Amino acid sequence: MNVSITLQNTGDARAIIEAIAADNPSAKIQSFPAMVKIDCASRLVIQRRTVEEKVGRAWDLQELHLSLVSLSGNIEEDDDAFVIAWR
Amino acid sequence: MAAATSAPRRLSLKRKYAMLTRGLGWETTYQPMDKVYPFDRFEGIVIHDWDGWEDPFRLTVDAYWKYQAEKERKLYAVMDSVAQNNGQLGITDARYLNAVKLFLTGVTPLEYAAHRGFAHAGRHLRGVGARIAAQMQSLDELRHAQTQIHTLSHYNKYFDGLHDFAHMHDRVWYLSVPKSFFDDALTAGPFEFVTAISFSFEYVLTNLLFVPFMSGAAFNGDMATVTFGFSAQSDESRHMTLGLEVVKFMLEQDPANVPIVQRWLDKWFWRGYRLLSLVSAMMDYMLPKRVMSWAEAWEMYFEESGGALFADLERYGIRPPKHHDVAKKEKSRLSHEVWTILYNYTHAAAFHTWVPSDDEMQWLSSKYPDTFDRLYRPRYRMWREAAARGERFYNDALPQLCNVCQIPMAFTEPDDPTKIAFRESIWRGERFHFCSDGCKDIFDDEPEKMSQSWLPVHQIFQGNCGGASIEDVLRYYHLNIGADNLDYEGSPEQELWDAWTADRRTAR
Repeated sequence: MNVSITLQNTGDARAIIEAIAADNPSAKIQSFPAMVKIDCASRLVIQRRTVEEKVGRAWDLQELHLSLVSLSGNIEEDDDAFVIAWR
Repeated sequence: MAAATSAPRRLSLKRKYAMLTRGLGWETTYQPMDKVYPFDRFEGIVIHDWDGWEDPFRLTVDAYWKYQAEKERKLYAVMDSVAQNNGQLGITDARYLNAVKLFLTGVTPLEYAAHRGFAHAGRHLRGVGARIAAQMQSLDELRHAQTQIHTLSHYNKYFDGLHDFAHMHDRVWYLSVPKSFFDDALTAGPFEFVTAISFSFEYVLTNLLFVPFMSGAAFNGDMATVTFGFSAQSDESRHMTLGLEVVKFMLEQDPANVPIVQRWLDKWFWRGYRLLSLVSAMMDYMLPKRVMSWAEAWEMYFEESGGALFADLERYGIRPPKHHDVAKKEKSRLSHEVWTILYNYTHAAAFHTWVPSDDEMQWLSSKYPDTFDRLYRPRYRMWREAAARGERFYNDALPQLCNVCQIPMAFTEPDDPTKIAFRESIWRGERFHFCSDGCKDIFDDEPEKMSQSWLPVHQIFQGNCGGASIEDVLRYYHLNIGADNLDYEGSPEQELWDAWTADRRTAR
């Protein structure tokens, strides 16, 4: 069962999309006008450290709120990782 | 640790959130808790331990203000830019604006209603975590209403039908579809309200409105709508997780909650799905450049994402909502049936319609290979020929409405798209009519409530809507007759748009 996240197609979100692609080998990335939908088999993780490497500065995981469009799956959030998974 | 500094260590996200949601609540002593929270028991939901509530988005108040302020700064920068740079000239075609009119008159007032509903839930749910999430959502919804009104006010300077959305929302026949949906939710208890709006509507269904439709707005050059749409949608993900959390929380607290929750999921799936039929027409007919069809969006966002969601909930004894199979059968005809209704009654609407062009019909045919050429193209061809002869068909008979969804009774039998579906129930000696088994089930479950529907057609016949003629009623709606209504072809709006874009056409 896929989990999924949709982000805006913006400069801020680009680093997050790149980080998801780097940390989730099964990520399937689809581009639409103004947005990007990413599907993963059963689990998707966003690592704070990976995003920080991509943006080149300290990045708070809650900055995700500025780029988020939609998601599908149960989420688990702490200071270092944001995980979407079923069960 | 050797490297200890004088600066205090930051609390972890989990700890901060726990302090907010566990540290700030208390058991009242001057008054019993049941008197302080009088509405969270009568629905039958049993909660043993509110501490079992865990909001997955651990947003504390300081973070909430910080990120919401950042969203507003971004949005208002775009709004200024749209106004300063004549953003209205950037849209693909003025026909597109008719979808925006439906949005402002039909959806924006629902955002305000949601603000009221979550303020109520944020007062009356007993658990602190749930209350805080509902209070934040209440503020979000007010922000959505305000930013939508503010953003779309730019189009009101140039285009028709946008001038009196709040007045229209409370009166106009097709707007009683969204209004009655939310009135039903607002008059339910707090658990049903949050299940209806956060879960069934926002988690399961609004992706169809805010995601592909907003992407469509972007594709059609409407920078204003995309920006408020995605700004709102960034809050929506938080609302969706609230919806999923409240449903899982109720299911985990007591097995007696399962049948109650299932009944709400059945009801609110079907009500939300019927409401979104308007969006199906917006997507398939009102976007001059199209991103995806309604059927494709339904597959992506309901059949796939919703399928995974309901498979996850199966462990609690929850099954997919009743009649989801009917929605699947209807996906290749829904938008066409709705567009037909709107085309029939455009003389009584605050937006324009049209017969799709040959190119558009080609697109519809490619997206709906099993239905379009067989069932709908011949109809459009007939209407186009009639209009060419000067006999544009407007339906002057007031339609029979479904007593629950309030849409004119034009939907067809699940297994026969050529036959209109009629269902009825008799309650206390009166006969009530429905468009579908889904709507009939909702009525039969709550006849006392649903028999009180404010049905626009009945109200017109009872003399409560300004008079007996269509013109009287349109004046009561505050429609500018001859400008807001009738075909796009020949409208003042078309004349304006053609004058603005004359250079572009001759340059080609």
